[in-house]
Amino acid sequence: MTIEMQTTDLLTIAGKTYHSRLLVGTGKYKDMDETARAIAASGAEIVTIAVRRTNIGQTPGEPNILDVLPPERYTILPNTAGCYDAETAIRTCRLARELLDGHNLVKLEVLGDEKTLFPDVIATLKAAEVLVNDGFNIMVYTNDDPIIARELEAIGCIVIMPLAAPIGSGLGIRNPLNIRTIVENAKVPVLVDAGVGTASDAAIAMELGCDGVLMNTAIAAAKNPVLMASAMRKAIEAGREAYLAGRMPAKRFASASSPVDGLFF
Amino acid sequence: MNIMLNGIPTEVAEQCLLADLIAHLALTGQRLAVEVNAELVPRSTFAHYPLAPDDRVEIIHAVGGG
Repeated sequence: MTIEMQTTDLLTIAGKTYHSRLLVGTGKYKDMDETARAIAASGAEIVTIAVRRTNIGQTPGEPNILDVLPPERYTILPNTAGCYDAETAIRTCRLARELLDGHNLVKLEVLGDEKTLFPDVIATLKAAEVLVNDGFNIMVYTNDDPIIARELEAIGCIVIMPLAAPIGSGLGIRNPLNIRTIVENAKVPVLVDAGVGTASDAAIAMELGCDGVLMNTAIAAAKNPVLMASAMRKAIEAGREAYLAGRMPAKRFASASSPVDGLFF
Repeated sequence: MNIMLNGIPTEVAEQCLLADLIAHLALTGQRLAVEVNAELVPRSTFAHYPLAPDDRVEIIHAVGGG
């Protein structure tokens, strides 16, 4: 990325600006060391965490994820993964805010089905309304439905995050036209969240005009997560630059690149 | 008296304060958050929060997740 773009093309979320448009999860890694190395290679400035029961006595001395990813250095984005109703998602957000000393940025996801992990958009809308009124800044996981995306924005969600494909599936952008429509309609940032499998998927999301991509499994489940994290960083930058550059129109037939004039035969 | 601590039946002293429970678990000063009976209990109030029989206490922390 050019020096000029590094300073001018920034992602703004909840009043804070970020150079990186790649947001990463912290689950499924082999250990904390691999987590830290992969996240460093990704260049991500926003990282998601989950909130779960503390181990009581079972594993004393186990390092905590926030020791590896200190909130002073990273923007911590707690998620509501594993919540299948609005009430548990709301409780989880309140616990996360307490855990992070009043930090009120959360990733809301209310799941509808264990097999697909598709969002329960009805419960998501209900939870979003309560959480907005409770002062949260909500980045919301949703399906690729432009109408639901519009409703979530109207409620006051600050980032809309449609899935590209089911969480952890690595299937890539299954419905690029809907993602593009959501991007075109939205006045808030749109991030693809879930479903990316490899670097080209991330680049496609950015070329569609998304403001960023949030991913976890595509990096953590790669054979070499640190190398894939680096690949994803470059793909996000490449896709963003291509989007800003404005691609050439696709044509059915050829158009010679070398001049036709001056041929000597 | 008995409470449910992270889903496990647990015996604690009568008039046990939430801060006492946290100290007993050697979790004092750790980055955690607590719910009692599905209601958030701010950290600043642990020292004055008396537990009652059959309270459902959840102590949570951050873990890796996507």
